[in-house]
Amino acid sequence: MQRSNIYILVFSAIMTVLIGGAMSLTSVLLKPAQDKQVELDTKKKILGAVMDISTFNTPEEILNLYKARVKSVVVDIEGEIIATDEKGNPLIAEKVNAQKNHKIDREERLYPIYMILNESDPNVVEAYVFPMFGLGLWDWISGYVALESDLNTVKGVAFDHKGETPGLGARITEEKVRNRYKENKKIFSDAGNLESITMVKGEGITGLSMHEVDGLSGATITAKGVNKMLKEYLGCYQNFIKNTKGQNGIAIN
Amino acid sequence: MSAEATVVEKELKVEKKPAEAFLSKRRKNIVTDPLSDDNPITIQVLGICSALAVTVKLEPTLVMSIAVVFVIVFANLIISLMRNLIPGRIRIIVQLAVVATLVTLVSEFLKAYSYDMYKVLGAYVGLIITNCIVMGRLEAFAMANKPYDSILDGLGSGFGYAWIILTVAFFRELLGSGSIFDFKIFEAIGWTTFPTNGLMVDSIGAFVVLGILIWIQRSKSGYVEH
Repeated sequence: MQRSNIYILVFSAIMTVLIGGAMSLTSVLLKPAQDKQVELDTKKKILGAVMDISTFNTPEEILNLYKARVKSVVVDIEGEIIATDEKGNPLIAEKVNAQKNHKIDREERLYPIYMILNESDPNVVEAYVFPMFGLGLWDWISGYVALESDLNTVKGVAFDHKGETPGLGARITEEKVRNRYKENKKIFSDAGNLESITMVKGEGITGLSMHEVDGLSGATITAKGVNKMLKEYLGCYQNFIKNTKGQNGIAIN
Repeated sequence: MSAEATVVEKELKVEKKPAEAFLSKRRKNIVTDPLSDDNPITIQVLGICSALAVTVKLEPTLVMSIAVVFVIVFANLIISLMRNLIPGRIRIIVQLAVVATLVTLVSEFLKAYSYDMYKVLGAYVGLIITNCIVMGRLEAFAMANKPYDSILDGLGSGFGYAWIILTVAFFRELLGSGSIFDFKIFEAIGWTTFPTNGLMVDSIGAFVVLGILIWIQRSKSGYVEH
């Protein structure tokens, strides 16, 4: 039926207020639960890069393990530790937004580093986990690369993505693909130059060097994105790695 | 809204008409028609994009089905309650606003309580807004029918959509990944060399399975496009 313009305007206004109110209310109410989920997800990925966490069932177990075994710092491109942000608040590595961070200049970025401590001796670092961020085929990809205490051998990786194709590019999150990085791959050449790790084109390739892993058939662009991400970020972490090497895995304070 | 419904009920009482049975034949048909003879996917060919996109594995498909049923039922109910208040000239945008609100709710709840599912389905849940089934039911049914009938209609269309995408997902996961709900079925029965089919993981697999389903259904019901 035909209604007057005034009716339509009032109706729209009421609808807008009602819907807007409902939306903001839900958003406010659910925010704490959502933040918790994001935090848990980040911690799962950090731990997942170095150990098998599939046996943990409850979120509490993972959070407790994280609390006991992980120490984090934030460094700049020179590898120097930054303790506070420009406002003087303490910097927390877990709170650094990788996506926002990625958009700023390489020299200006914050680089969080997670140190996995030895179970019996918390002064010994077992592994270093380096978060990174890049672009896949459709949207962003992110990764956590864990290095052994020699800061050269890859201990494990964990990848995440926003919109890679399931069964193709999205396979970077599969254990089978992630395990390819664990086969004694090294990021430095014997001469000490940073080589990073490259995922080759094609799948089922044998005779790979210690800087190469088998590729993803049908997902060359995702693989290229992963390679670029690793190369770029390992380059950014290089100063920290060189400074820390030779300290025999003593946890820095 | 509800006050109006009571008025209608009173009128019925005045006329001494017997109230329609809770599940009369007509109402049963509202639910059962979209399940097979008037299925939103196989007969009306609506909601195909999401049917192709989310059906790689059964688990996300199940979550998607629940989300779509929830959105259709509540959108139908809300629009039906407001149907006499909505100005005709802006009805589409009002329907869209209601659907978008419900979808955002689903998405926010997934993010808060099932983050892994949110990561898998995130983009697709948002796309329920553009799922033609939802808008189609609002415009074709809820705008002209009472709330209770609209709920039934929503359930019918929702489950009609759900069972088709679950069937597609069942075959795609079984043949594409060799598993059901991530349980490696072929390995469990000792067939470790089961050749998984990469085509099934791709959207092409969904087209094939969906095409076969439509074919079976239409040859059974004798429905022909004119």
